[in-house]
Amino acid sequence: MNYKQPKKLPLLEVYDLQTWFPIKRGIMARTVGYIRAVDIVSLYINRGETLGLVGESGCGKSTLGRTLLGLEKARKGKILFCGKNLLELNYRELRDIRRRMQIIFQDPLTALNPRMNIIDIITEGLVEFRLIQGTREDHAKRLMNEVGLDEEAIYRYPHEFSGGQRQRINIARALSLRPDLIVCDEPVSALDVSVQAQVINLLMDLRDRYNLSYLFISHDLSVVSNIAHRMAVMYLGKIVEYGPTGDIINNPMHPYTKALINAAPRPYFEEIEHKSKRIILNGEIPSSSDPPSGCMFHTRCMEVMDICRKRAPRETKSGMHGVWCHLYSRVVE
Amino acid sequence: MIWIEGLRNLKLLKINNITVTFEIDEGIVRAVDDVSFHIDRNEIVGLVGESGCGKSVTALSILRLIPLPYGRIETGEILFYGKNLLELDHKEMRKIRGRAISMIFQEPGSALSPLHTIGRQMVETILLHKNITRKDAWNIAETWVEKVKISDPRERMFAYPYQLSGGMQQRVMIAMALMLEPDLIIADEPTTALDVTTQAQIFELVREMRLSHTSILLITHDMGVIWEMCDRVLVMYASRIVEEGNRDDIFSRPKHPYTIALLEAIPKLSATPPIPPSKGDKGGCRLKAIPGQVPSALNYPSGCHFFDRCPDAFDRCRDEKPKLVNLGNRHRAACFLAKNEL
Repeated sequence: MNYKQPKKLPLLEVYDLQTWFPIKRGIMARTVGYIRAVDIVSLYINRGETLGLVGESGCGKSTLGRTLLGLEKARKGKILFCGKNLLELNYRELRDIRRRMQIIFQDPLTALNPRMNIIDIITEGLVEFRLIQGTREDHAKRLMNEVGLDEEAIYRYPHEFSGGQRQRINIARALSLRPDLIVCDEPVSALDVSVQAQVINLLMDLRDRYNLSYLFISHDLSVVSNIAHRMAVMYLGKIVEYGPTGDIINNPMHPYTKALINAAPRPYFEEIEHKSKRIILNGEIPSSSDPPSGCMFHTRCMEVMDICRKRAPRETKSGMHGVWCHLYSRVVE
Repeated sequence: MIWIEGLRNLKLLKINNITVTFEIDEGIVRAVDDVSFHIDRNEIVGLVGESGCGKSVTALSILRLIPLPYGRIETGEILFYGKNLLELDHKEMRKIRGRAISMIFQEPGSALSPLHTIGRQMVETILLHKNITRKDAWNIAETWVEKVKISDPRERMFAYPYQLSGGMQQRVMIAMALMLEPDLIIADEPTTALDVTTQAQIFELVREMRLSHTSILLITHDMGVIWEMCDRVLVMYASRIVEEGNRDDIFSRPKHPYTIALLEAIPKLSATPPIPPSKGDKGGCRLKAIPGQVPSALNYPSGCHFFDRCPDAFDRCRDEKPKLVNLGNRHRAACFLAKNEL
């Protein structure tokens, strides 16, 4: 477990990651095509940093998170965690690293085994990795305190808790092994506004206390903008824009990002400048088994040009802000 | 709608003191507790609240769709053009459902029949209410499928729901709700299951499609949706309406502590975005959360239901139920402090 991280190297680096799911047909289950859920994605997360990943449903953001943890098999690419390529490790090495990466799922109830009580749920990992010092109860109580739950409740079962409390239990479980990275897959979408705010605050407190890194996956831009230092916008398996959260929100470059920010309904006290003229996207997200040629977004883009249909855009970068769109690549050329 | 032409000058919908209870193993739950409100013609009213606050049950009770025998409308009256819907027999009630009052449900996928083509489902609804031939009904349905901007309407009429995306299914639901030109449409979280870009499309459509005299009761948990769509707002908390008023009053001059807290708890896009982490300052904007959680319907506080979580609660709130206090300009709040702070 001596993966000492050289200073300044990001905790997690991903290069050209691809996750494709085969489409099988017929009695021979012949592969007739692929769903390109994640198609050539690169990103990095520093220690203590939160990267927000936004996009519509079906854009591959959850698959990306799951691939990082090895829950889906990557087709190609590199996932460097503290400098080690996860895709090349053998089972035993991977097991050690998995301890340091955890996940929090969207639906807090289905993520918890209804037949296990809370103490079993949140100390299961500790037992598995033989990290228990003292009694399990002590560990369970400590974890319950950390996530703001009553420590006397450790013998109760998941159905006895409310949605927000269940999500806290999920957080406690993710936290139990002292991970470096937590993938938060829509952790607050199933919660009500008043509880959502509590859970987001808790996640931020824990991040600052333990210097955790999050990959925060959400479809809700305003949630992400509150917690994430940097943001990446995903569309049809590709990242179309990334950068510091403030830059993305106040100065979005890609037409899709603009539309996404624009479409989110929000109270008037939040009018922001580019919100004044309404953008409503036409059509729907195309199928990722048969993505459009050229730029993936050209079928819905309001600023589409001829070149968009023919050629996929390259990355245009200025500082920490990058975008894949012909509108900007032309300016540079 | 022409079914009671002479009653145009009456209020479209007026609900007086309805209480709905459900019998469950643990006891009797008051899902809706003494709720009164009205909807005028040509008005979009938003009913906002957290899950379990009774907003859906309120909507279902208007159409008398509360599941029997566990649920019961205990008291009150629901006046639709002055006629009490609770006194109608089943036959009369069926004439109102779909024709005078129609409903759009949250999950279009489960509200549509998976076994029938959408054309057939739409025609069935039309034939139930109108005495016309099947062919005419088919044509009406087809024009509406076209009006809600579904491409290839002729072919899509033969499609099964599973062949359509969520956004398309919801368009079909909207077409079905609108095609009989009802006076009131109850939309229960119509876009919660959809993406924001699709949601924007659906709202644009609803705005365009709305007939001049159609009113909408829009049920949602999203304050942003309320701001975009509604003229007037009802805020519900733990089975009761705690505040009602025009949209601008609710957003800029909220009076009930719950409404105030709810508006503050919404994550804001324009909040100072977190800066990249440095040593001292880790970045990230904390939200103003409401402490505690929504009480269980089995043991609400005996006075004000918000008593446990309210920052301004005092002794009187513990035992006495606050009434809705009139604050002028159709703005009312159920709080003892509402009037003083004016």
